[in-house]
Amino acid sequence: MMTQLLTILAFVLMALGVWGLMSRRHLIRIIIGFSLLDTGVHLLLVAFGYRSEGTAPIIGSGLGAEELVSRAVDPIPSALVLTAIVIGLAVTALMLSFAVRMYARNRSIYIEKNKELKW
Amino acid sequence: MTLILLITFGVMMIVAALVALYSRDIVSAIIASGVVSLLASILYVLFGAPDVAMTEAAIGSALTTVVFLFAWSRIRGIASQDDSTDGEVR
Amino acid sequence: MFKRLFSLVLVGALAAAFFPLFAAIGDRADTSSLAGRYLDEGPEALGSANLVTSVIVTYRGLDTLGEVTVLFAASAGIGLVFSRMQPSPATRRTSTNHPPSELVVTGAGLLLPLITLFGIFIFVHGHLTPGGGFQGGVIVASGVLLAFLSGTLKELSHGLLAALELCAGAGYVAVGLLGLWLAGGFLDPRFLPTGEIGALFSGGAIPIIYTLIGIKVGAELSGVIDAMRQRRVSP
Repeated sequence: MMTQLLTILAFVLMALGVWGLMSRRHLIRIIIGFSLLDTGVHLLLVAFGYRSEGTAPIIGSGLGAEELVSRAVDPIPSALVLTAIVIGLAVTALMLSFAVRMYARNRSIYIEKNKELKW
Repeated sequence: MTLILLITFGVMMIVAALVALYSRDIVSAIIASGVVSLLASILYVLFGAPDVAMTEAAIGSALTTVVFLFAWSRIRGIASQDDSTDGEVR
Repeated sequence: MFKRLFSLVLVGALAAAFFPLFAAIGDRADTSSLAGRYLDEGPEALGSANLVTSVIVTYRGLDTLGEVTVLFAASAGIGLVFSRMQPSPATRRTSTNHPPSELVVTGAGLLLPLITLFGIFIFVHGHLTPGGGFQGGVIVASGVLLAFLSGTLKELSHGLLAALELCAGAGYVAVGLLGLWLAGGFLDPRFLPTGEIGALFSGGAIPIIYTLIGIKVGAELSGVIDAMRQRRVSP
């Protein structure tokens, strides 16, 4: 139940992200759409790693080393999502710097006037 | 209990995402996308991934919002230097 | 209008196309077999209490090296794009050359040492508590951002940032090579003793690798923030 609800939420966020990416004209809103799409994908990856009644895979006061196999959540999607979040920030910052450059060149923030790369 | 939290935060996230795409003011849209990341980091804690929650809270809701706001302020700075557009971004 | 309808139809078609993936997801009671192997052998083979850290640094260490490279490339690109833009002089419409308010300045004076210490704590204890190099580096970078916003830091010396990134990046590859020569393979952290689970000096070379990653990520993101903020030239 929990995994399925989280998956639905992730898919809805991804759909909103793709919709915003394709239908908005303002450059900053397009980049916000990318960021929402990213967040949706990360939620989906973490949902894949969850197991019922699972806890975090960290040995501490609540969890001993022997109980890890039976109670801990999959650590691999966490590692993948960590990488993906950091790279998502780098790519978003790069996109924003290009947006500032495009505005400085064409003096318009809407995508219709910024079409030099289109053949 | 976790189910109720999941549904509440899920609905709040979808509302914030809609505000981010459809609000008139760009600064509100940027802050709404930061709110989406913050709620996602709470959901990561509920699903047993505290490392990811820490990373998402620090990067997604703090640094990404700041980077968006810096870029927007640069764009407005360029617009206000221009005589013809009268300080408005169009 | 047709473009909107087309994009709506496209999103709906994508959602319908991925439906079998969604229908096969359900609650499951155990993890995949690879995860079972990592959970089983990880703690005693590597000695680190945080399993996600041992996956990132050791089992998937080459991916982390690739990620650090991508981060470097992106921050170099951002520095390149913003290097040619002139600092904007005081404009006539938005004459917002207010100095930062006293609340921010006092708060920053109190909080900056705590934030830096917290960031360093997070990446040094990456193998014991949730956290690690990336989180700690980002926290240090947000401390630098607070220093910029409150006027405590006016200029960030590019030479220092470049030197930090250089040493941290080269140190990471050097630790990997040490693993190749002294232990099982590239980026194998077992050339230092693994110690007991939960102590600070455990996990072999994992704390060293995460500290180097933390320094590199913190320096890079500080450079990105420095490149993107608008410098106010006083008239």
